[in-house]
Amino acid sequence: MKPRALGLKLLALLFAAALIGLWQVAADARLVSPVFFPSPQRTLAALVAMEERGDLWRPMAATALRMFYGWVLASLLGVLLGAAIARSGPARAYLEPILEYLRPLPASAIIPPAILFLGLTSKMAVAVISFGALWPVLLGAYHGFRSVDPQLAEMAAALRMGSVSFLWKVALPSALPDIFAGVRVSLAIALILAIVTEMQSAQSGLGFNILMAQRSFRSPELYAGIIVLGVLGLCTNQVLLAAERRLLRWRTLAR
Amino acid sequence: MTGKWRGLVIPVILIALWEIGARAGILPPDTMSQPSLIAVAGWHALLDGSLLLATLQTFQSALLGLALGAAVGIAIGTAIGLSPALEAVIGPTLDTIRPVPAVAIIPLALLIYGFGVRMEVMVVSFAAVWPILIVTVTAVRAIEPRLLEIARMLEMRPLRRMAEIVLPAALARIAIGIRVSASVALVVAVTVEIVLNPQGLGYGMIIAAQSLRPDLMWAELLWIAFAGWLFNMLLLTIDRRWLRRFQVGGVR
Repeated sequence: MKPRALGLKLLALLFAAALIGLWQVAADARLVSPVFFPSPQRTLAALVAMEERGDLWRPMAATALRMFYGWVLASLLGVLLGAAIARSGPARAYLEPILEYLRPLPASAIIPPAILFLGLTSKMAVAVISFGALWPVLLGAYHGFRSVDPQLAEMAAALRMGSVSFLWKVALPSALPDIFAGVRVSLAIALILAIVTEMQSAQSGLGFNILMAQRSFRSPELYAGIIVLGVLGLCTNQVLLAAERRLLRWRTLAR
Repeated sequence: MTGKWRGLVIPVILIALWEIGARAGILPPDTMSQPSLIAVAGWHALLDGSLLLATLQTFQSALLGLALGAAVGIAIGTAIGLSPALEAVIGPTLDTIRPVPAVAIIPLALLIYGFGVRMEVMVVSFAAVWPILIVTVTAVRAIEPRLLEIARMLEMRPLRRMAEIVLPAALARIAIGIRVSASVALVVAVTVEIVLNPQGLGYGMIIAAQSLRPDLMWAELLWIAFAGWLFNMLLLTIDRRWLRRFQVGGVR
């Protein structure tokens, strides 16, 4: 590594450390009321206490699981719908306008009807999450399947490939980068909606826990919960990025 | 023209089935209501002004949050875009904060500001900052280097260089980020209202659902969808009509 790059890395670490140090000093000096501005030390202590009480992994698993189910459902549905709309003229004509109208609808706006239908259940949460997470995958898949190289399609026709095997063997791999872009946005939305549905319907999970921490003015726990949610978002995104690199390795190899 | 009409086929069939099903007693009235009742409820809410007031409240929070987010995002984004060293130093910290879901900030905002406009603006601006920041960085990087050289040759002061060279040259691209952030802002504003902030369109829906007025709830849902759609169209039009002009010259 060049000394300059190393120096910048060190500076980056130093910057983060300085921010946390500043936070500690400001909190210790009580520049802001400790009621809503706990020091990093107290936040860390709250995090450790949460872990010891068993208030960390179980709610995290509950949140992550609902997020995961909703996201998987949305991804499957999004790819199927996206492929159908992209590769079929009639489907495009009939479905595109209604999807265009639904797309800007805030996903959280379907929470009230979802509660009326499904009650305050996990099923409701998964339904809301998958509705919200659907759109980025759908758009990504649509774009990906639309922009399949026409030469590839001609070649497949010349080889007398059936339409199913064409979709599976040619169109899907070529649409995969766009699908992945959509799927990653969807994952972030799924986490957001998992938190929102928990807060709205009092289901156990990290989102509900931070809301409870706020109601009882346990601000260190609130900060700890926000940090954990950030880490959850960061980690899931990294996992997907790694999967993407693996699955799309053939693209870089082919060049 | 025929293409447009075909888009209406499915919604019309669905609404017709909905109405028939509700009248025949097949669909549960306390959740599904029926289209004719929904239309009436929506019409009344429009006439008594409650829907418009809620719309104003939601858009007020969304736009204030967007403005705040844009100011912060453009400021940090320009600084990072102009200086790779600065990006190396504060970039990793920003990348660590970015994955925090905006809705996780809701309890914190509530703790600091209590219910009302300010807490909603705080959450919205946290969400709206990121798309603008990221786009601003790439936009500033894409500025023709000769423009910056000219600024240096003319010995422009940093602020003037910013106002007369950097921002105009990057504006067309930044506008794309603002458009993305604007739709995010509206979504987040409604979300905050649905979760707990007692104002605006989201809260209206929650109240309608809890007071067993499914007709009003569906009317508000359709209205939110309509407002979101209209807002997006407006942003697209502004972008196309007005901001594309800046694209000439400045941005490659």
